[in-house]
Amino acid sequence: MQGLKLAFNYLRIGIMNEFQYRANLYIQILQTFIALGTGLIGLNLVFSQTSELGGWDRTELLAVMGVFITMGGIIRAAIQPNMERLMEDIREGLLDFALTKPADAQILISVREFRLWQLVDVVTGMIVLGVALSQMNWLVGVWDVLAFFSALAMGAVMIYCFWLIVTSTAFWFVRVHEIANLFEGLYAAGRWPVGIYPTWLRMALTFIIPVAFAVTVPAEALTGRLNLQTWLGALALTVVLFFASRALLKFGLRSYSGASA
Amino acid sequence: MKRYFDYYISMMKISVLEQWQYPVANYFYMIGMIAEPVIYMVVWSAVANQQGGMVGGYTPGTFAAYYIVWTLVRQMNIAFTPYGWEWRIRNGRLSTSLMRPIHPLHEDVSFFAGWKVVMIILWIPLAFALSLIFKPELNPTLLEGVVFFIAIWMAYLIRTITLSLLGMVTFWTTRVSALFELYFAAELILSGRLVPLSLMPVWVQELAWFFPFRWAFGFPIEALVGQLTMTDMLIGLGMQVAWVVGGWIVVHLIWKVAIRRFSAVGG
Repeated sequence: MQGLKLAFNYLRIGIMNEFQYRANLYIQILQTFIALGTGLIGLNLVFSQTSELGGWDRTELLAVMGVFITMGGIIRAAIQPNMERLMEDIREGLLDFALTKPADAQILISVREFRLWQLVDVVTGMIVLGVALSQMNWLVGVWDVLAFFSALAMGAVMIYCFWLIVTSTAFWFVRVHEIANLFEGLYAAGRWPVGIYPTWLRMALTFIIPVAFAVTVPAEALTGRLNLQTWLGALALTVVLFFASRALLKFGLRSYSGASA
Repeated sequence: MKRYFDYYISMMKISVLEQWQYPVANYFYMIGMIAEPVIYMVVWSAVANQQGGMVGGYTPGTFAAYYIVWTLVRQMNIAFTPYGWEWRIRNGRLSTSLMRPIHPLHEDVSFFAGWKVVMIILWIPLAFALSLIFKPELNPTLLEGVVFFIAIWMAYLIRTITLSLLGMVTFWTTRVSALFELYFAAELILSGRLVPLSLMPVWVQELAWFFPFRWAFGFPIEALVGQLTMTDMLIGLGMQVAWVVGGWIVVHLIWKVAIRRFSAVGG
């Protein structure tokens, strides 16, 4: 309960901070439009040559793109900034300031930053998704919608856990900044359903970097492809990743000796 | 002339020594970058397979060749980013470079040229692994190899020049990230980076002639992957020379005006 209140307060501060830089909103809108434009061009190029890709037709792939943009926005608004700050704090020895506060360390380090303007991506992604669904004549049931939102939430948690695991390695290997670059490169694979990738890559995108669960599975829910088995699998993996990442963070914190003194 | 030659050799040596210290960091960076062509390669191979084995003149094998050579060309045309220029000008870092008796651009060109040597060496095992997995169809002739070698270095120079010009906009205004993003989007579409240009609509292919992007990216790849005639290759090299020479002149002209601006900002 206290954690929730804390998270809410940090969110409020984060939003107020962002309101100081309103010009960034316009830059963000432009960047989102450029990214959307190039994405649509790519999609159009593919479908100028073929009518389906790996069993997905054009509107269904548009839905995948919508989820991809939405999830990307969530990651860049709430997950990535916190993890990058954690990395920086570990390297500079500034984490002490967070650790000495009387709150759960994991909650604290996970809510300190929030990039409000990235939500432009979330909104845009939802619009793209809406367009795709209207082209499919909104053939989605209540259960599909519930499955979609739960899959999206689990996907976001899994990406968060993945980042936390990677970031925690900063306790031992100080220079992990390139990993952010690596993640962005691999996340881009989520623009297409993971089914089209060769098996080894599909496995990597499912179990090493959970891009498949973050994008493809929610999209499957909306296009009526998701079965209970996959949903339960996602739930199990979310739980496992959550406890694994928490354990690793705690282990890392124990070996953190600070550098500010 | 000899002064420049010595400068370049020393600067490249320094850069090689510096970058060779961080093979793991360089690898992470490279693998993050290699994800992009692998995605395109998989998507387009899937399309080709769905269309009976060929699309736009490319088979899965030639797509593999295109995108694997792509990874090398991409490494080759990494140059100092316009965001770096923004930082350099805002922080007044440029002042230090201006004290030296040599044009600051030479510092960038030589430093990144040295880095390329490290990049190429680190790239070889990755290319080998990609080749084992994706089985490219690549049978270049000796001539194509030579043209490719010249073309990738020219591509590097073209991209350095265009990115520097873009970065120099920062002399006049400091909030330019939106402009940079537009530029990179145009580059993605018009260079052959997203897909080989022959898969683009005809008007895009024609438009691509008038921009530097194609000559700094698609042309070298096509020279090696081997769908170009002798004439095409000569035209391509000619366009590259034109962009390098023309670009260099424009850089000098703008630099002269810009540098006066800079002393006003920094003073």
